[in-house]
Amino acid sequence: MTLDTSVAPGVVRKRRARSGAPLTRSSGLGLGVALTWFSLLVLIPLCLVVIQSIDGGWATFRETLTNPQTAAALRLTVSQALIVTAINIVMGTVIAWVLVRDDFPGKRLLEVVIDIPFALPTIVAGLVLLSLYGPDSPLGVNVANTERSVFLALLFVTLPFVVRTVQPVLMELDRDVEEAAASLGASRFTTLRRIILPSLAPAITAGAALSFARGISEYGSLVLLSGNLPMKTEVASVRILTYIENGNEAAAASVATILLLVALAAIVLLQLVSTWVARRG
Amino acid sequence: MASHLKQPRTAGTFVRRTLVIGYLFLLVIWPVALVVQKTFEGGLDNLQTALSDPVVTDALQLTVIVALWAVAINTVFGVGISLLLVRYDFPGRGALSALIDLPLSVSPVVVGLALLLAYGGSNGTFGPALEDVGLQIAFATPGIVMATAFVSLPLVIREIVPVLQEIGTEQEQAATSLGAGPWQTFWRITLPSIKWALVYGVVLSLARALGEFGAVKIVSGNVARQTQTATLVVEQKYQDFEQGSAYATSFLLALIAVAALVVVTILRPKDNTDGD
Repeated sequence: MTLDTSVAPGVVRKRRARSGAPLTRSSGLGLGVALTWFSLLVLIPLCLVVIQSIDGGWATFRETLTNPQTAAALRLTVSQALIVTAINIVMGTVIAWVLVRDDFPGKRLLEVVIDIPFALPTIVAGLVLLSLYGPDSPLGVNVANTERSVFLALLFVTLPFVVRTVQPVLMELDRDVEEAAASLGASRFTTLRRIILPSLAPAITAGAALSFARGISEYGSLVLLSGNLPMKTEVASVRILTYIENGNEAAAASVATILLLVALAAIVLLQLVSTWVARRG
Repeated sequence: MASHLKQPRTAGTFVRRTLVIGYLFLLVIWPVALVVQKTFEGGLDNLQTALSDPVVTDALQLTVIVALWAVAINTVFGVGISLLLVRYDFPGRGALSALIDLPLSVSPVVVGLALLLAYGGSNGTFGPALEDVGLQIAFATPGIVMATAFVSLPLVIREIVPVLQEIGTEQEQAATSLGAGPWQTFWRITLPSIKWALVYGVVLSLARALGEFGAVKIVSGNVARQTQTATLVVEQKYQDFEQGSAYATSFLLALIAVAALVVVTILRPKDNTDGD
């Protein structure tokens, strides 16, 4: 991956011409086929979830939300996802920094390690964490069936997101600007705050949004690890599954809709923060 | 990716390096190593027991078939939609490009619920009508393929779109002006330049497809030897206290996914994608 030094300061090469050709007949047909498949697979089923949740009016919503077990599950899910996202923002950026700016034997191995949580089946991820942090832990740390297990599982599965979004931007970042800032007397901290962070902010935001969205929706890695104890380690996804298994699809759809709304709100909020950081820089 | 200007190494460099290595070691490397170790604790016994269990082998077979279908669908769909998004202008392009990422933010459990509401045999919106013409989707292989395709849908697109934007259209236009047809231009010009991004996207999709658990659990019905995939077997074996088989099946699943990633990371040329 060559570094391109001709790029303007702080500007990451992005999409070039945003205008494309008008649709031809064959590409129009292709678009039609693609849109049909996308609608049948993703859009219509997801819309049905939202429709199902508001089908019974607000009553189902209110009932579901005031159910103490569901409320506890939502609280746990959102709070743990928030903590994990905060850690990922810091650790993910530091990891990306080390992978791009540092050089040491075994660095390529770390590149693969970053992708492992993404490649590993989630149920296996749970099993993997259980082997080090479960009842037979060689470290003597047993988090199984506690709130810590939810935290740990989310930390594992969301590891790649911030790293993988920040890394390419950091590679493109022009070092000359940092050197100029330093030669003009800026301290390392000022350079970091005024030059580096504003350029990285959009990428960090995108990674954080993905990591939060993944965090609140996680299911597979928690199955074996958290024990799904009601009011204690049960997350929102497990609540949805329980509702489905009990045949209460309206309640399941309500919780699902709330999760979709929380993810959406987080993405919008992070976008605002990112714009603010980038502008203030 | 060697830095062209060496930064002076300070104490901070080593602190950061140690922090990162320590963090990754405790979170990923050590736990994964332990699962490998547990798989081979009694030599090859665990793997042999697992592979002679028809429940496991049937599940592995189903998983591979489903993953191949889902990856094939996502590859064709992904290349097509990426070309449309980058090369053409149509109303709603921005919205479509935003919606494409949606499956990454949706809980697998919600994916399962959504597909059941649409294609469930008894009370789904389209399910009963489709069943009348003899097509069962939920609790059968087509449903598992759809759930798998849903969760891995954006992965190919996310890899190719930046490359397509990067390479621009000059070469394609040159080919066209020299008399190449659209297919010829695609096979001879476009495909070679997006090759590595495509391979990486396909490998990520494959890894995700082999490992899908939540969505499949809901739409498949989880019937052993019929609609039970490998990840569902891992759960069942673990809960039935057949930990050896659970570890062995996990190991096989992880092996395929990680091996594919490692191979691509090694093969992929360093000056990836573009011409600069």
